[in-house]
Amino acid sequence: MKPRHKRFAFIGLGLVVVVVATWLVMNALKSNLSLFHTPTEVANGDVPKGRPFRIGGMVEDGSLKREGDGLTVHFVVTDTAKRVPVTYKGILPDLFKEGKGAVAQGQLAPDGTFVASEVLAKHDENYMPPEAAAAMAKAKASGAQQQSKSLVVPEGRKDSL
Amino acid sequence: MIPEIGHFALILALCVAVVQGILPIYGAAVGNSALMAVAKPAARGQFLLVLTAFGCLAYAFADRDFSVLYVAATSNSQLPLHYRLAAIWGAHEGSLLLWTLILTIWMFAVTLFSAHLPESTRSRILGVMGLVSIGFLLFMLTVSNPFERLIPAAAEGRDLNPLLQDPGMVIHPPMLYMGYVGFSVAFAFAIAALLGGNLDAAWARWSRPWTTVAWCFLTVGIAMGSGWAYYELGWGGWWFWDPVENASFMPWLAGTALVHSLAVTDKRGGFKVWTVLLAIMAFSLSLLGTFLVRSGVLTSVHAFATDPKRGMFILVFLAIVIGGSLALYAWRAPRVGLGGSFASVSREGMLLANNVLLVAAMGSVLLGTLYPLFLDALDLGKISVGPPYFDSVFVPLMAPAIFLMGIGPLAQWKKASVPDLAKRLRWAFGVSVVTAITLPIVMGNWTPLLSLGLLLAIWILTTGVVSLRERLAHVAGNNLMERLASVPRSYWGMQVAHCGIAVFIVGVTMVKGFETEKDVRMNVGETATIGDYMFRFDGAQDVVGPNYTAARGSFAVSRDGRETTLLYPEKRRYTAQNQIMTEAAIDPGLLRDLYVSLGEPLDDGAWSVRLYHKPFVDWIWGGCFIMAFGGVIAISDRRYRIAWRRQEPAVPAPTRAARRKVA
Repeated sequence: MKPRHKRFAFIGLGLVVVVVATWLVMNALKSNLSLFHTPTEVANGDVPKGRPFRIGGMVEDGSLKREGDGLTVHFVVTDTAKRVPVTYKGILPDLFKEGKGAVAQGQLAPDGTFVASEVLAKHDENYMPPEAAAAMAKAKASGAQQQSKSLVVPEGRKDSL
Repeated sequence: MIPEIGHFALILALCVAVVQGILPIYGAAVGNSALMAVAKPAARGQFLLVLTAFGCLAYAFADRDFSVLYVAATSNSQLPLHYRLAAIWGAHEGSLLLWTLILTIWMFAVTLFSAHLPESTRSRILGVMGLVSIGFLLFMLTVSNPFERLIPAAAEGRDLNPLLQDPGMVIHPPMLYMGYVGFSVAFAFAIAALLGGNLDAAWARWSRPWTTVAWCFLTVGIAMGSGWAYYELGWGGWWFWDPVENASFMPWLAGTALVHSLAVTDKRGGFKVWTVLLAIMAFSLSLLGTFLVRSGVLTSVHAFATDPKRGMFILVFLAIVIGGSLALYAWRAPRVGLGGSFASVSREGMLLANNVLLVAAMGSVLLGTLYPLFLDALDLGKISVGPPYFDSVFVPLMAPAIFLMGIGPLAQWKKASVPDLAKRLRWAFGVSVVTAITLPIVMGNWTPLLSLGLLLAIWILTTGVVSLRERLAHVAGNNLMERLASVPRSYWGMQVAHCGIAVFIVGVTMVKGFETEKDVRMNVGETATIGDYMFRFDGAQDVVGPNYTAARGSFAVSRDGRETTLLYPEKRRYTAQNQIMTEAAIDPGLLRDLYVSLGEPLDDGAWSVRLYHKPFVDWIWGGCFIMAFGGVIAISDRRYRIAWRRQEPAVPAPTRAARRKVA
């Protein structure tokens, strides 16, 4: 091979790697992106059906209920305008508290309950995941907010430690 | 008073950095040795000044001086001394000071170990490092001053984030930064070579040990961060593809590519242009990583908006460093030439493929990390790119790279023949494939990924053995020991580092394939079984720590009726900010970890509990440490020691003479 041909061969090889990598990236992005939706969007039905997504907002005060097995929990996530009931089986993260922000990943069941596969804790001193904060701000901006008093937070039940 | 001294020292350091960044580079350009000679004392002076500033901040922390805003924000009078000192790098301002301190430590090291370099090269290197330092000092002094006063002083500090109150966190950031900033030396070498226009093999030879040292630190730093996440976050995971982790992993990928590409430039004079680009890339990613993690953009892109001055400074600084060096590269690189030619099947060819794959992997991580930030910043919606994305992109890109890793060291430089390689690697391939297929079946859980992982790990080991045997056949020596001893250390270093990868892969594969996890509700006296182990919950008690109160559960673990260990996981409440923290209890072992963390208290003293059985998990970090150890062996190679020892007395004499001439 002449050096010129060889250079073309190398460039070709590089391009192949780039194409393969791009294909992998696109593919992976398509199936693994999770979109974030606010409780208002969930209530309006603007969410993907049969696909996992994330919701975020405030965990409503007094909404946390625990089933007998000690692991299955029910709570309500709200952006102060609309409420979404959430079910989760497993151990909640340390930063999960009633009256604080939370983000959950999962799917919407036919009965309108959000079945979470994961409840996320951002280790942030403000206890407010940015997505949750954004959801609240959005609801506030749309003027549909009545119960903002519930933002004043009493300590959660973990404080009985 | 002390904080003001620190502040003043930083201002002086900035002045020195300006001198160091301008005069020596100018001196090297016009051939004025008096100006070039400024570099060394300036670098040392700057080191002392920044060290003084760092000492002052450390004193403020030790002294609980809550009139300093940063101290009040990140520590507390109840916090034990070692964590108060670790709190220096517990947040943004202090970590920048640590970054700058480490930069000046590297500068100081360059002044110590550069006697064998031509004076113009050395002064350019120190000059470039001085320029980088100007950026950081300016940033601290204008918008992010760690010595800012809080008047009136706070009565009590806000306390360090409990997550960071951990021995791992005391050493992890300095290690990581040693790695990040260490790439600034490779970067400075590359820029100095571009400025001087002499991109020859000597440049690569000088730059190589520095790059390797930085790479070792970074490897250890990342491993420690991952280990910290494993035992401190209480989730049992060791890598989350979190943006913070990716920020440190991208420079590692680029740095790994750089280490390999430097080898080609050093030995064969090839890849010169590419190597320079990698050096620029590795350092740029280190800068990006530092700022991504510490600027608050990751918590929210709007963190930039809350402190726009900081954001602007960072963007401008990144643009100047990256844009400037790339512009210089575009201007100078075409003159460098391509270096020796080689066939596509050759050691160069394989190293090139390794480089392309590593950089492609780095690019995919970069995309996955920044894409959500861009979308959010442009208000196009919020998305998150989860671990499945990274797994599904990363594995297919790394698998061929690791396959080539076995062949590369056996291929000849310039041109290798495929049939010859195939013949030499026949049995290694056979052994790897057979073991990789049968072993999981024997262990009772066959999955394609499990087999792939084992295949790659065993492939690295068997090809390593083949390579070592061939090597030993070619060296002189009467007996095996003598021949082993005459194999150069750089070769040992490479083999050890590659074995580290194999160990790492075994760890990852076995954990993914065989770990078991259980979330259960446990009453006092109740048992739960996981793996072959039975956990009995013996209740939880209240305990009081220096700055927290905790519920401490006690678990008796037994296997086949015999007691294995007792585990005491805790649920802590840090009093200063009323934060809850899970402190997992781990029984580590060579072949498995047992891991317990407490969930929440339920009725009647029962707790929800998370139990893990993690086979081979410690191999993950073990592999990283072995890799870093390989790097250490490589830099202890004879030729570096000789270069430093022999040249040191020889060079200063003519330098002094030249200086006198100018004077």
